[in-house]
Amino acid sequence: MTTTSVSVKKARVVRSGRRFMSGDIACAEGALAVGCRFFAGYPITPATEIAEHMARRLPEVGGVYIQMEDEIASMAAVIGASYAGVKAMTATSGPGFSLMMENIGLAVMTETPSVIVNVMRGGPSTGQPTMPGQQDVMQTRWGSHGDYEIIALAPSSVQEMFNLTVEAFNLAETYRVPVFVLADEIVGHMWERVDIPDEDSIKIVNRKKPTVPPDNEFAPFKPDEDLVPPMAVFGEGYRFHATGLTHDERGYPRTESAEAQTRLVQRLCDKIRKNKERIIRVENTMLEDAEVVVVAYGIAARAALSAVRKARTMGIKAGLLRLVTLWPFPEEQVAHMARRVNAIVVPEMNCGQIVREVERAAKETPVVFLPKLGEEPHKPDEILEAVRRMQK
Amino acid sequence: MSLMPVRTWRRPLDADKAKPPMGEVHLIKDRCKGCGFCIEFCPKKVLEESNELNARGVHPPRVKNENTCVLCDFCSAVCPDFAIFTTEKDCKEGC
Amino acid sequence: MEELPHPYEKFLRKDRIPHIWCEGCGNGIILNCFAKALDELNIDMNKVVAVSGIGCIGRVSGYTNTDSFHTTHGRPIAFATGVKLANPELKVVVISGDGDLFAIGGNHFIHAARRNLDIQVICANNFIYGMTGGQYGPTTPLEAWTPTTPYGNIEQAFNLVHLAAACGAVYVARWTTLHTRWLTESIKKALQKEGFSFIEVVSQCPEIFGRYNKMETGLKMMQWFKEASVVQHFSDPAKAEITPNRIVVGEFIDIEKPSYGRLLREMATRVSEKK
Repeated sequence: MTTTSVSVKKARVVRSGRRFMSGDIACAEGALAVGCRFFAGYPITPATEIAEHMARRLPEVGGVYIQMEDEIASMAAVIGASYAGVKAMTATSGPGFSLMMENIGLAVMTETPSVIVNVMRGGPSTGQPTMPGQQDVMQTRWGSHGDYEIIALAPSSVQEMFNLTVEAFNLAETYRVPVFVLADEIVGHMWERVDIPDEDSIKIVNRKKPTVPPDNEFAPFKPDEDLVPPMAVFGEGYRFHATGLTHDERGYPRTESAEAQTRLVQRLCDKIRKNKERIIRVENTMLEDAEVVVVAYGIAARAALSAVRKARTMGIKAGLLRLVTLWPFPEEQVAHMARRVNAIVVPEMNCGQIVREVERAAKETPVVFLPKLGEEPHKPDEILEAVRRMQK
Repeated sequence: MSLMPVRTWRRPLDADKAKPPMGEVHLIKDRCKGCGFCIEFCPKKVLEESNELNARGVHPPRVKNENTCVLCDFCSAVCPDFAIFTTEKDCKEGC
Repeated sequence: MEELPHPYEKFLRKDRIPHIWCEGCGNGIILNCFAKALDELNIDMNKVVAVSGIGCIGRVSGYTNTDSFHTTHGRPIAFATGVKLANPELKVVVISGDGDLFAIGGNHFIHAARRNLDIQVICANNFIYGMTGGQYGPTTPLEAWTPTTPYGNIEQAFNLVHLAAACGAVYVARWTTLHTRWLTESIKKALQKEGFSFIEVVSQCPEIFGRYNKMETGLKMMQWFKEASVVQHFSDPAKAEITPNRIVVGEFIDIEKPSYGRLLREMATRVSEKK
């Protein structure tokens, strides 16, 4: 949809070919390639470049960029645009992420397809705006009040900033849920080679549309077998109501009914939980005969890969389980691996977040946590040292 | 010198032929919550509170003066509950 | 003669009427005037989007037979921004309360007005936070008693029309719920006017605000509106006071300015011509 109602002599939407760019820019290009035509955001280090790039590119492709007055408004505008039928996203970092939480809950409750990029930095509070961190992982999962499930992806490279942003939109459209791209300041600001595919080879998923014509009986929140309701958007004649209050399948508030609360909240959780197999992605490196496995994500996974490779040259049977999907947490994949190894090492740039999930899934298998705070990510040798210690 | 405003003595030439419209009041009694706005603000005092009770336990209005409604529609406009509206009476043969 | 349906049935969700608002509440009158405006303009109802925030008036979006959305507290204008920019053909109307629009939502109001976003904002100003029991808000008069100002309110109240005018709204009006025809005409005007329109409706909450301030019934509050209101078209919005003796109503601002959407489209054309 040409949101500016102007027939724009479009610049090339997908800049296919081998390119060299930063993670933030790759993320923006990925969004454009998969059909994002609305960005509402607020400048914040280290995500500002996403906003700036979108400000320049969206008008070229018939989309809309708006800089809202704060992050609360940004997330609200994203939901509005999505309900008007346009793929929408925002990008922020810690402090803005916290502000968005209430409306993220609204997006969950109204089942709004949307993408939120958090280029994580040192926290808490204003923290260290120009330094990397992985401190918002749990907040992504639990940040808004109430019980719900979301999807979060963790890119480790500039190429993944492109690829996983594409995937984030497709997941958002499939499951009618806010999807998070959890980058960090290093992945966001570093420059690497990106191979951008041809426009035709980019898989684009669009939200299911209602199969019934508009009439009085239309129920905007009646799920299909996959627990996801087809989505009507404004202006098509469906004249539906959506609210952040607990509601029934017609969308009407049901604030008095325990049954309505159970049905809705359970379905919002099951929508993700029961589709876990189709959602979760991990990348296994040298796991087949591994005795010590590093479980890592984002920037830490880069050093982890180096460490694991070096360990192998030293005869240590090390492996890497890289979490591409952080939420829903790849519990089964970690548990399955844990049963076959002697020890697990988890490097994170925080004081212990995903490691708790790993410990829970790993049960009896010992887990070693390697924290790192501040400007430097883990050094491969630090991870290697832990791997050596645990290899017995 | 007379300072009376013009409109107090100028009368439209067809004043005798002009007739105000006549309205008929319709009530959706069970929607009425008994606020009393229609009764109070009707310029022709067409309505009064009735003695009957509706499903909500309040006294809805009733039409007191059948033929005095001039279709100003204010009762319709000021009703918060969509419980009252007017239609025009067809009065060619007199009402 | 009860068989005849109400002429505005088609603007309401039949399965949701009667609404939850109290006896004598001004919200129902605002909904009524809104329906009448839509009726008289013959607007394509499939293109109207009603957006509301949290509060008693926030329930209005659940009653209009249009696409509608009930947002988080204070955010209907920000949500409406996204809707309008994504699909400029939609008629996006925000109907919300004084607390929702001017306390928690104040920031979004001033920026949407500044941008001259082409939306219509109708504020049901009942001087308190009704839904939660009548606590004070940014329009509660000085000295009023509320549960959170048990010793009398010591905060000055906003003058909403002054605020809207200062922020750049192209159409600003204030009416009470007693001025049904004026209000309907203003809504019609706003719906047809390009840019950010703001209509403040001084609305009665007899159950709570009225009861706390010696006007326990809807009739008593309407009596206040009747006796105190004075129509002063295009008077200085800064002087448009609301006191026990005087409620200045009327149209205050009616100017022309290109809307955000128009400027956005012009920019997009410029960008496309350069490539």
